[in-house]
Amino acid sequence: MRYRLIFAGQFVFTLAVAAFLMVPAALSISAGVTVSYFRGIRSGVTLQWIVQVWELYAGTILLSFVVAFATLAVTLLAGVPAAYALHVRGGRLARVVEELITLPLAIPGLAIALALLLTYGGFGDFRRSWLFILAGHVIFTMPFMVRSVLAVFGTIDIKTLDEGAASLGASPWRRFRDVIVPNAMPGILAGSLMVVTLSLGEFNLTWMLHTPLTKTLPIGLADSYASMRLEVASAYTLIFFIMIIPLLVAMQLFADREQRK
Amino acid sequence: MSTANGHGASVSVQACGKTFADGTRALESATLDIARGETLVLLGPSGCGKTTMLRIIAGLELPDEGGTVLFDGKDVTSEPIEQRNVGMVFQSYALFPNMSVADNIGYGLKVRGVPRQERAARIAELVALTNIAGLENRRIDQLSGGQRQRVALARAVAIRPRILLLDEPLTALDAALRDRLRGELNRLLRALGITTIYVTHDQAEAMELGDRIVVMRKGTIAQIGTPREIYFTPRNRFVAEFIGAANIIESPVEDGHLVLSGGRQPLRSGINLAVAVAMIRPETIQVVEAGRAPLSGTIDSVSFVGDRQRLVISGTSRKPLTVDAPNAVQVRPGEEVGLLVAPESVRLLPLED
Ligand SMILES: Nc1ncnc2c1ncn2[C@@H]1O[C@H](COP(=O)(O)OP(=O)(O)OP(=O)(O)O)[C@@H](O)[C@H]1O
Ligand SMILES: [Mg+2]
Repeated sequence: MRYRLIFAGQFVFTLAVAAFLMVPAALSISAGVTVSYFRGIRSGVTLQWIVQVWELYAGTILLSFVVAFATLAVTLLAGVPAAYALHVRGGRLARVVEELITLPLAIPGLAIALALLLTYGGFGDFRRSWLFILAGHVIFTMPFMVRSVLAVFGTIDIKTLDEGAASLGASPWRRFRDVIVPNAMPGILAGSLMVVTLSLGEFNLTWMLHTPLTKTLPIGLADSYASMRLEVASAYTLIFFIMIIPLLVAMQLFADREQRK
Repeated sequence: MSTANGHGASVSVQACGKTFADGTRALESATLDIARGETLVLLGPSGCGKTTMLRIIAGLELPDEGGTVLFDGKDVTSEPIEQRNVGMVFQSYALFPNMSVADNIGYGLKVRGVPRQERAARIAELVALTNIAGLENRRIDQLSGGQRQRVALARAVAIRPRILLLDEPLTALDAALRDRLRGELNRLLRALGITTIYVTHDQAEAMELGDRIVVMRKGTIAQIGTPREIYFTPRNRFVAEFIGAANIIESPVEDGHLVLSGGRQPLRSGINLAVAVAMIRPETIQVVEAGRAPLSGTIDSVSFVGDRQRLVISGTSRKPLTVDAPNAVQVRPGEEVGLLVAPESVRLLPLED
């Protein structure tokens, strides 16, 4: 009896917490499809705001995905070999490098952006292109990739596996492809998931680095909140959800399947 | 047997020492020659540099300046392991968790570009040879320790290496399995005829497998010899005590006899020393009736271990003597006995080492 009461209490509490988090999201989403937020849902349901957002901001959405996947590509190509090298090499130098890579986690995004602007602001073409934002995102997300790959290397004896493959005649590249990457897969997938979601949602840094022609989705969102009707901004949020949730689910499923294998 | 390659290479390690980056001196400069097809065992206590020596031969570790490693007379010191064509079995096996048993065994062949069909045939051959039929499609984490050991061996041998290197391949297994696999491994190594270097800290393993044994101590080679040489004629006290049981007796010498509290033990003729450090193996001491041997002592304890009984005898020398007697001999603690030791069974060791 007492146990059931406790269970019921916990259950209600959980529901309350979930509701506290979910209701704002639901309200925001519903606002995006109502004719007038002030008159409520009775004013009717419409897709006009969504269409409007799409017309105004399709470019930012596209750019966000381009930046996110380019960031993923760079962090994969540089981060996984870096983690491998750091792990195999070991020693003090490796630890220093690891700390350096991790440093951006502790530095506010604004500061990183400022440093980038100070250093590269003068290179006009670079400054104006989306590659400038990409650079910021890579700095910001790299620690997540390197750390999650390193975490996996810590649980399997990657150095001995590497030596095992070498003893069978495999070249360094072959070893990396056949043995290191497949065994680091759980970490690579977890890292990728974080990199893509962080990049898609990144605001601080991007806000400093963007130009009117290189706006990402979160920047567009802020823009619409500041200058548009609330319904438009809400429709924008809705689009963000629609875009990112299937992506997250897909990546999570993929990661789960890989882990079970 | 079709897997017999008999094309093992000779190995020569010349003046190879190893100082690690942190300053640890793991191996003093050592020289070692291993004949084609020979099985050489590196034996010694933990931390004495066995693995380091093996890794230098493998190409996983570079010897200090001045050291060279030769395979069949060719200098391979600067070649990394992937170019040396050696098979290696790691203590932890290092099997690839992302591949099946068959893919593990075939990996070295795949890397060498051996066509699929030929690969499959070779894998089947090794599966049969190492007794792991039926496990080909298992994942590594679905294997027992003994099975992993066999897969690791099959994988190392699949590439027909010139030299097979094994680092304590049986240590991770329980005692019974270890004994069984040791026998199997011995037959397999003989059948393959590859030059083999085998690291262990287990003297029984070393005795059974080695054509020659290298006893190592603190980064140096204490002695190299056949199991018999190492056992019967250890060069110093460390080797004598490390291999088998040994009674080490320090005593004054008087006209060719050790002068002990329990009597005078004759030595081989022609020994002219004032003081000696002598080694007597427990099984070379014969227990006889009191008064019928030059040495005497009192039985302290008797432990019956089945095939023999181990006696501890006091009053003969300063330290109690260990004696292995046949299991049929009737003795009781407290009994006074005579001890007969042939002069040839007393091995003199250097005074200091
Ligand atoms: N990478 C390394 N860096 C520094 N010191 C090392 C390194 N590898 C080994 N050593 C040291 O070198 C010495 C010899 O090590 P080695 O692994 O060769 O011993 P071993 O005889 O194989 O011992 P065990 O039976 O315990 O495996 C040890 O003191 C060890 O701590
Ligand atoms: Mg070792």
